[in-house]
Amino acid sequence: MKAAAFAYARATSVVNALELLAAHGDKAKILSGGQSLMPAMNLRLISPDILVDIGGLAELRGITVSAGVLIVGALTRHVDLLKSPEIALHAPLLRNAVTHVAHPAIRNRGTIGGSLAHADPASELPACVVALDAMIVVRGSSGERRIGATEFFKGIYETALSPDELLVAIEMPVAGKSSTFFFQEYARRHGDYAVVGLAARAVVAAGRFTDLRLGFFAVGDRPLLAAAAGRLINASVTSALLSEAATALADELDPQEDQQATAAMRRHLATVLLRRCVAALLARPELEAGVTK
Amino acid sequence: MTVTRAPAETLSVLDRPNSYIGKTVPRPNLDRLLQGRGQYVSDLELPRMAHVVFLRSPYAHARIVAIDADAARRMSGVIAIVTGCELEGVIAPWVGVLSHLKGLKSAPQHAIAVDRACWQGEAVAAIVATSRAAAEDAMEHVAVEYEELEAVTDMRTALDPATPVIHAALGDNLAFERILDAGDVDHALSDSEVVEAEFVFGRHTGVTLEPRAVVADWNAAEARLTIYQGTQAPHMVQNIAALHLGLREAQVRVVCKDVGGSFGIKVHIYADEMATYALSKLLRRPIKFVADRVESFNTDIHARDHRCRGRIGVRPDGTITAFEIDDLTGIGPYSMYPRTSAIEANQVVNLVGGPYATANYRARARVVFQNKNVMCQYRAVGHPIACSVTEGLVDLAAAKIGMDPVEIRRRNLIGDDAYPCASPSGMKFEQLSHHASLAKLLQMMDYDALRAQQAGLRARNIHRGIGIASFIEVTNPSAAFYGVGGAKISSQDGVAVRLDAQGSVICQTSITEQGQGSESLTAQIVGSVLGVSMDRVRVILGDTDNTPYGGGTWASRGAGIGGEAALQAAKALRQNILDVAAAILQSTPAGLDIVNDSIVNVDDGGTPRIELSELARIVYFRPDTLPPGVQPELMATRHFVPRQFPFAFTNGVQASWLEVDIETGFVTLLKHWVVEDCGTIINPQLVDEQIRGGVVQGLGAALFEKCIYDERGQLTNANMADYLVPMSGEMPDIEVGHVVSPAQESELGAKGAGEAGTAGAAAAVANAVNDALRPLGATITEIPLTPQVILTALGRI
Repeated sequence: MKAAAFAYARATSVVNALELLAAHGDKAKILSGGQSLMPAMNLRLISPDILVDIGGLAELRGITVSAGVLIVGALTRHVDLLKSPEIALHAPLLRNAVTHVAHPAIRNRGTIGGSLAHADPASELPACVVALDAMIVVRGSSGERRIGATEFFKGIYETALSPDELLVAIEMPVAGKSSTFFFQEYARRHGDYAVVGLAARAVVAAGRFTDLRLGFFAVGDRPLLAAAAGRLINASVTSALLSEAATALADELDPQEDQQATAAMRRHLATVLLRRCVAALLARPELEAGVTK
Repeated sequence: MTVTRAPAETLSVLDRPNSYIGKTVPRPNLDRLLQGRGQYVSDLELPRMAHVVFLRSPYAHARIVAIDADAARRMSGVIAIVTGCELEGVIAPWVGVLSHLKGLKSAPQHAIAVDRACWQGEAVAAIVATSRAAAEDAMEHVAVEYEELEAVTDMRTALDPATPVIHAALGDNLAFERILDAGDVDHALSDSEVVEAEFVFGRHTGVTLEPRAVVADWNAAEARLTIYQGTQAPHMVQNIAALHLGLREAQVRVVCKDVGGSFGIKVHIYADEMATYALSKLLRRPIKFVADRVESFNTDIHARDHRCRGRIGVRPDGTITAFEIDDLTGIGPYSMYPRTSAIEANQVVNLVGGPYATANYRARARVVFQNKNVMCQYRAVGHPIACSVTEGLVDLAAAKIGMDPVEIRRRNLIGDDAYPCASPSGMKFEQLSHHASLAKLLQMMDYDALRAQQAGLRARNIHRGIGIASFIEVTNPSAAFYGVGGAKISSQDGVAVRLDAQGSVICQTSITEQGQGSESLTAQIVGSVLGVSMDRVRVILGDTDNTPYGGGTWASRGAGIGGEAALQAAKALRQNILDVAAAILQSTPAGLDIVNDSIVNVDDGGTPRIELSELARIVYFRPDTLPPGVQPELMATRHFVPRQFPFAFTNGVQASWLEVDIETGFVTLLKHWVVEDCGTIINPQLVDEQIRGGVVQGLGAALFEKCIYDERGQLTNANMADYLVPMSGEMPDIEVGHVVSPAQESELGAKGAGEAGTAGAAAAVANAVNDALRPLGATITEIPLTPQVILTALGRI
């Protein structure tokens, strides 16, 4: 379990990193926190010719708020998300989600940019940025572009990033006072990839949703912004309506089967999460109907 | 702690002043390990040492047509590439059978596959290079042409005429069959309520923190092989290595210092380890093999993987009238060497129904070959199967007649005053304490209050369950386990104790340390018996050149057997010391004692006479001052082996309290209790942590761990992300209590405690899940109890 030989370059600036990417194309891999990349290399699942280490690029690190927008640098580590007062105030969903990301040792190294660029459909942060309607900021030799989170994820480990582009930041609107959040996942053990998970942002007024964004993960080849949520917006949520939404959700999902769950089980768990999420966000436990906790 | 028998009339050597027995004292090796000064084979570097990696078959069953290593041989750092054919001349193949397991058969197994690979992961070539990385690079350039053969994967069809026979010379795929019929089962069942179920156990493995590791160093000048290996049984390794390399045992030294976990995984002889010994001899240099994690999953022995149909007969008054089982297990393509892969099924037959006073018992066990990784003994061999089947059936019987699970056990467990007695399978019990243990458990868990709480929560649609599992545990095995079958696996152990020239004690023991505290318990016993402080006792273990001959540490034998040898050796040395002291002090040995590192008077309240250092000084440097005819012997050696009982059975009972989320199928473990009777407790903390560690491995089996094979015999989750070991986040608090029935055969009275936790944990959890689900009409007799299994049983998906 030793990686094949590879070249290593420590980028001195974003421009330098982009030059290295331009020179090596898809034979290069960006090394950020290394928590997915290094195991894959040690298992010889991938053997890049060169690693471009962006770990020294301070310009990619840090959390700032500017004009109602929360900007999180790509190199921001999970542990920083967990401890940041700005995140707690403006994007508490990320904070809640990060507690489910693996274990402390991994959270000390892993970065948000790395997680999003890796695009594992079962990981937490991609679903969060979808629920939070974030913009993914990427830079390439031809300049910078912003990609909506729902457009960014293309499939299993596939994103809208081209090989010569670098993910540099994530931008999110700051949470308004009326926003509420829900995060829950079902994983076999603490820190495992979810069997099914849900990251949600809602605006509730007078007992109704005026906005509801449900970012499901581990239910398909990418995080899914559930259209079924639309049925619950500006409506009086009843048990019957929730059942309708659950049925619509199950139809909308195209989950994969793996060792943890069949597709049917994933559909079922997604509908359980939907009920629990709605009951929690509306503070109406009776909507869980038959659910124990 | 409850002591079932009053102490003997006179004080034993263990009741001496300042005894360490029964006390939680820090382990002497803690500082060394915590400061990173452990001596693990994985860390060992020797001059001229090369590294071997094994190219392993990607197929479950394939003929090796050709191996082309020319390109790889030319690569940088490569020393040699060796095939099975080439190594065959250096090391002889083996057959994993024992004569007392009648009918057990297996085929010759080679260190490296010769013509055919029989499981995915069997080594087909060795690549030796200057580093592991260089060897792995070269491995990618070794081209093997395979002809894939049909793989036998499903144990249920392994014996069908249409299924290919894996080893044609054996005639069929049946490795072993055992049939037992005691009492009159048919008659007993004919006038009873009969409940039947099939219990299914996932295949899983031991996952040691440090993988298997070996450095073999053939010294051609001395014609001697030194094997540094993380093993549980150094003398067994010495015997086997010598036998198959054509050497005398005196030409092989096995050194085994610190081992990063074993659990039975490291008590076997693996083909790749044999290959490493042979490569060192062939290449005349030190060769190191350390399994990586993927190799560990594909080649460390697997265990369990049983399907056992069980029946129980019960009368309306709760009397259990009979047990009947039909057990099937698949063990991979070879019976493992040298302990064989029939032991687990044999243990299942031995142990089912064991806690109960039921005389009627019929059993059949069949062990079949298949093209999967080899299976063999892992912690609590057979116990979890037997316990889950027995306790699952008892709970089903209780439900059938509407009786509380505790009450049916009270009415059927062997009475605490019924000993000595024997089970229908012939197991001899010296003294067990099922009822005292159950009573203590109920008190610890506050059973009635818990039942009330369960009922209250049920009304709120919260589904919690209580599961109880009584068990018996095989410890301190005598020669009946392996020796009588012809295996050169010693059931006796030896300890040598000597006083050095400054009054410190050096103790060499044949038991080994893999983290369970062998070093500590030996020092505690020796210090207590001798009357010296523990910090003066140094324990040496794990070196066939420097310890007495013995079995090692496995099957919960270290404390009971090695501990007794330590006690007897220390007693003998103590007598020798007192003899010399009497000569020096013009007293009598009976008038003197050793307390706090000094010779003291017995009859005047313990007045110190001379320090042991002074006695040692006189003996070693001024023997001229001793009276004529006095020849001090400040070293003593004793050996011990159990003779009266084949095994020192222990017993205990466990309980699980958990919650099932009936919408998601997820189980939350809330609490776990264990009461266990391992006889004399030497170090309470070590015992309790043994129990807890064992419970955690049992909980892993219950909820998480499973080697998942596809229909072509591919292990599909051979990594730490997909194979779910139990982790602390999911573990409940585990409370441990004790009942003490000392073993009568030894002065120490200690029995083993290593299997107890694993033996009953899964049964307790399965019973608790079924207890939670009973009002919903679901019964599950399969582990691991995954959310998928539970949701399916509930009809949710």
